[in-house]
Amino acid sequence: MIEIINLSKSFNNAKVLDNLNLVINSGEVIVIIGRSGCGKSVLLKHIIGLMSPDLGQVIVDGSEITMLEEHEMDKIRLSFGMLFQGAALFDSMTVGENVGFTLREHTSTPENQVRDRVANSLELVGLKGIEKLMPSELSGGMKKRVGLARAICNNPKIILYDEPTTGLDPIMADAINDLIIDLNSKLHVTSIVVTHDMVSAYKIADRIAMLYKGRIVAIGTPDEIKNTKDATVKQFITGAAKGPITDLE
Amino acid sequence: MREWISGLGIKALNFFIYIGGTFNLMVSTIFQVFVLPFRKKEWVIQMYKVGVLSFPIVFLVAFFTGMVLALQSAYQLTKMNAQMYISSLVALSMLRELGPVLTALVIAGRVGASITAELGTMKVSEQIDALRTLAANPVKYLVVPRFLALCIMLPLLTAYADFVGIVGGYIIGVYKLLIGSTIYWKMTFDTLAFKDLFTGLFKSFIFAIIICIVSCYEGFITEGGAEGVGKATTRSVVISFILIIAADCLFTALFYFIFP
Ligand SMILES: Nc1ncnc2c1ncn2[C@@H]1O[C@H](COP(=O)(O)OP(=O)(O)OP(=O)(O)O)[C@@H](O)[C@H]1O
Ligand SMILES: [Mg+2]
Repeated sequence: MIEIINLSKSFNNAKVLDNLNLVINSGEVIVIIGRSGCGKSVLLKHIIGLMSPDLGQVIVDGSEITMLEEHEMDKIRLSFGMLFQGAALFDSMTVGENVGFTLREHTSTPENQVRDRVANSLELVGLKGIEKLMPSELSGGMKKRVGLARAICNNPKIILYDEPTTGLDPIMADAINDLIIDLNSKLHVTSIVVTHDMVSAYKIADRIAMLYKGRIVAIGTPDEIKNTKDATVKQFITGAAKGPITDLE
Repeated sequence: MREWISGLGIKALNFFIYIGGTFNLMVSTIFQVFVLPFRKKEWVIQMYKVGVLSFPIVFLVAFFTGMVLALQSAYQLTKMNAQMYISSLVALSMLRELGPVLTALVIAGRVGASITAELGTMKVSEQIDALRTLAANPVKYLVVPRFLALCIMLPLLTAYADFVGIVGGYIIGVYKLLIGSTIYWKMTFDTLAFKDLFTGLFKSFIFAIIICIVSCYEGFITEGGAEGVGKATTRSVVISFILIIAADCLFTALFYFIFP
């Protein structure tokens, strides 16, 4: 279980997260929606301890991570996988080295097994046999999927996905949706997915949470969100330019 | 006026944050050097990039410096009929001062800049964040191999520059100024004491730490895309240059009193 309590974060006097509270249950797929620039990526980075909050706590399975030293945090991070919005592949390494990074660094898995696991992860994201390529040789969507393969390669318990389907064609996007659902149902992974793609959100989510003005303004099952009375949420999910959200910056 | 003062306050604060940040990075780097496992592969790669690939440029700089030193001192010394002292002058200047400082400046420009550009690019493309999510310590993973490579290679390059500079001086001295070859070598080695070599190499070791910590720190604090990387790289070189010259002054003064 991940509990986020009164989380606040500002950058240069602009409040991005403002007393945010959210509880994420083990084994659920929670989708976080919200406008571009509202702080979704910042929220994910707080959950995995890449950023430290101005105020508030993040508690992962009982340990409060905002207070931990980096080397203590590293132990917890081994149970996390994260897909970055921009993939963030190491461009000095091949695809195979990227994907197998954690296994090679932190486990004593024999090399031939690492290779199998890497090949397997790449196959899951539909990119069989590209181990030898460098990240600069890949398309945007391929990078994204290699990033996903890297995030899932060491069987993490919690996976953070920052816009997993952005930049993919609809068919591939749906395959990734199925992968997220599969990982969740077969391996009981807790998944936190940030997305703008409402089709994918309805398909994969156990619960959907909407982030607006630094807080979670609505949370519920896909059906509850679809039938919401809240004008802000309604405007967002239907994608209307007219409504209570008027600033188009 | 008030804005000017508060601007000054912010500048002073940023200055202390910078000092604190670099010092912190240095301490954790030295600590991480002793944390196993030792990354041999990365280290060998960096030794090659930092050291081996720098030999040609160091050769050029040191060789011409040695020749110029010989020619410039000949300008005065021939007037006093004291050409044979040219060899001692070249050797001492190279070992004590020009070898360490010129090599360090060349390496700060060639290697320091590339370290900042590489780490800065990794920072702005979130690769450093990605390293951290994969439970790899960026200091251990990125800084330590570069640190060890610089600390070993810079003194080696300096010794090489000393030698090449002396050879440059020899060529001018023997073939242009017609000093006898044997007397040239004799005058070179008679004047040199172990402390001349030692103080020079010690300084180059300090310069290696400066170059590594400044360039890695600048990389780590890079923000703002390609433009940010460009700015960080420039700053890294400028700050390394200033610190190298300042440290040179400090240690030269110190050695002057310790080994008179
Ligand atoms: N390192 C940082 N330094 C300064 N400001 C930042 C930093 N990271 C994020 N911000 C600011 O925080 C706000 C939220 O950014 P964030 O990346 O979380 O948006 P997002 O919700 O993920 O948007 P998108 O859907 O476009 O990815 C933005 O206004 C951004 O300018
Ligand atoms: Mg984002």
